[in-house]
Amino acid sequence: MVAVHLWSSLTRFTDGKRVVEVPGVTAGELLSGLKAAYPGLGPVLDGGVSVVIDDAIAPSLHTPVPDGAEVYLMQRLKGG
Amino acid sequence: MAKDEYREFRLVGTRPDRPDGLDKVTGRARYGADMTAPGMLWGAVVRSPHAHARIVKIDTSKAEALEGVKAVVTRADLPTGLTGEDWDLQENTLAGERALYDGHAVAAVAATSALIAQEAARLVEVDYEVLPHVTDVDAAMAPDAPVIREGAADPTVPEGMHPNVVKYFAFDHGDVEAGFAQADLVMERTYKTEATHQGYIEPHACLGQLGSDGKGEMWVCTQGQWFIRRMCAAVVGIEAAQLRVTPSEIGGGFGGKTTIFMEPLSLALSRKAGGRPVKIVMSRSEVLRATGPTASASMDVKIGMKKDGTITAGKATFRMQGGAFPGAPVDMALYCAFAPYKMPAVECEGFDVLANRPKCAAYRAPGSPMGAFAVESLLDEMCRKLGIDPMDMRMKNAVREGDRAAYGPKFGSIGLVEVLEATRAHPNLSIPLGLNQGRGIASGYWFNHGGETSVSMAISEDGTAQVSVGTPDIGGSRASIALMTAETLGIPYEDVRVNVVETGALGVNEPTHGSRATFASGKAAVEAAQHAIKEMCRRAAAEWGIEPEAVEWVDGAAQPAGPNAGKFPPMTIAEIAGKMGSTGGPISGHHESVPGGVGESFGCHVVDVEVDPETGGVKILRYLVVQDAGRAIHPSYVEGQYQGGAAQGIGWALNEGYIYGEDGRLQNPVFLDYRVPVASDLPMIDTVIVEVPNPGHPYGVRGVGETGITPPLPAIANAIQAATGARLTELPMNPPRVLAAIKAAKAG
Repeated sequence: MVAVHLWSSLTRFTDGKRVVEVPGVTAGELLSGLKAAYPGLGPVLDGGVSVVIDDAIAPSLHTPVPDGAEVYLMQRLKGG
Repeated sequence: MAKDEYREFRLVGTRPDRPDGLDKVTGRARYGADMTAPGMLWGAVVRSPHAHARIVKIDTSKAEALEGVKAVVTRADLPTGLTGEDWDLQENTLAGERALYDGHAVAAVAATSALIAQEAARLVEVDYEVLPHVTDVDAAMAPDAPVIREGAADPTVPEGMHPNVVKYFAFDHGDVEAGFAQADLVMERTYKTEATHQGYIEPHACLGQLGSDGKGEMWVCTQGQWFIRRMCAAVVGIEAAQLRVTPSEIGGGFGGKTTIFMEPLSLALSRKAGGRPVKIVMSRSEVLRATGPTASASMDVKIGMKKDGTITAGKATFRMQGGAFPGAPVDMALYCAFAPYKMPAVECEGFDVLANRPKCAAYRAPGSPMGAFAVESLLDEMCRKLGIDPMDMRMKNAVREGDRAAYGPKFGSIGLVEVLEATRAHPNLSIPLGLNQGRGIASGYWFNHGGETSVSMAISEDGTAQVSVGTPDIGGSRASIALMTAETLGIPYEDVRVNVVETGALGVNEPTHGSRATFASGKAAVEAAQHAIKEMCRRAAAEWGIEPEAVEWVDGAAQPAGPNAGKFPPMTIAEIAGKMGSTGGPISGHHESVPGGVGESFGCHVVDVEVDPETGGVKILRYLVVQDAGRAIHPSYVEGQYQGGAAQGIGWALNEGYIYGEDGRLQNPVFLDYRVPVASDLPMIDTVIVEVPNPGHPYGVRGVGETGITPPLPAIANAIQAATGARLTELPMNPPRVLAAIKAAKAG
């Protein structure tokens, strides 16, 4: 299980939980796990998010999540 | 330290002429409006004169009857059933039931000349039922505000919020109230910034052709030809691969050319005109009224600080309107606002709000300048109250590698401390100031971006190399990519030609945005060159009858890796390329990825101003930009990015801003009234390139295009307070507003 840190306004979809434990060994599996556990998150996650593994944004849904990694969800980053 | 001062590379860090330079200074470079085609028609767009109105009826009969008119399109000519972002793009391209802002397109015509097209546009009769409108973000959230579009909110918006709120976002960590309780000083302020336009000199222009078979071509001024392809294909209802999009040279974009505006109209008109190509060139007024500016913002910030300058907590509520569609960068603004500081506790929330203004587009570090204006202004004011040197405060609280960012994750390799040290050491900080003069300091941050990237490289028969990239060259990326490719191959810079190619030539590329072109296309070009090197080593090994692993690439030639590999003279790239046709065929390399290893960039700016106490006019005396580039591949173009960001930020701070009348119409849609800085407004902008190499890039690149626009807004506000004692909390800080603030400060 991997602890995924959410931004606070998502807690209304996760019964108030700020950190959610889900199974998965890749960024994509974590997102699938989040949607399975909390269907209300689905539309938000499908709208586009960044998965930050330790200090780097995962470039792919297939990016592996190492054991003990710190995982944060962030808004999808954009640029000008 | 600038790369010129010490060399560990042969080419990286040098300053050769840019490959596109001669074409640009002699007028040979072809921009969007320079393209023509046989049988070409001219397009013109009919735009709403109302901020908000129901479209009762559109009568195109008089326009269609005008001699020379070949097509007229309205929303009825576009496909139905689009959803989400595609619907937003289509609705913005051509209004459906309602015009949502002054300048919103409602119809378009194509004719045999530009004058006939403009006359035909005037003959299109549109009956409007004018509706109540709102253009201010705070007014748009008020209970009695007119609703721009029912049901536009996304799932992030809790029930009970105003229907104009279309996205809600919040993050926090730590105990903010406990942090404020520990502070010796807690201050809070509200700040407002006005929407500003990217202000590119070249207006939007395109030449589109679409046949009844669904196959089309487009030549267009854009930051991203694949984005144009995908968006246009969706809006006019064709398959993406059937549209071939070729980018022109580009006269500035700054984020505003990462999306579509009138481009699908050229295709829709062409389709209706039997496949004849249609050219549309926007006027400056159309650019300002109907293409994306950035958002306007209203921001509440509260910060706690100890007497020694330690920040104990921060709280921010940002409200932004990005026009009549979702997309204001409130999330990025909040992420960046406290990013330069270690924040024991932070609480942020943001609202993306609809208003009757044009659909906002990205603008250089979207959101970050607004957030910096609020937080850096308040921090400066707090330093004054506590008698703390603002550089000391910044150094004391500066984030370092391994520190947790205010928005959550930990930072990797970053160079903020090095930036602050270089700032403090700069001679500008010790220049004495005179009467009515003041010095302001502010920091800034941007994430930078990787993004979908596809690059190919081919060795020519004479040993030179050509690189095909999908990121249009806005700020010198052809030069930097050529430098990195030549460095990797071991050949002269002049032996590499970098071409920005059309959508049929490569896999999908994201635009030149997010400060990514030199980082991402450069990284992919290096990978592609290494592919080719591997193949060239294999060819040499075959010639020598040794194993490929026993060959290494040194200074543009294959050679045996050691004495045991055999004794052969080096085989140069020209020798290998000269006979590649008989040793296995063309030698090339390619690379496709979403590159990881993006390196963030921090900057710090110092500005000296003189304020005329009689008029409120602000003169920039000197300006310093210090920023971490990771590594400056071509220092001149890095410096150019720093100076350009500062120049745009100075305009945003002092003069630029959308002015709407009570009727909701834009009052200043020309450059005479929307005043961007000109050369006489600015001193030579000093730059210091700090280099803390990004470990995620083969040459250490971070990306430099965006961070530079972030600090000028607060730095100038801080300098004005230093000069006058008056604190400005609303942009632009134009003479009337500065004068009023001086008078208010004097009145106590």
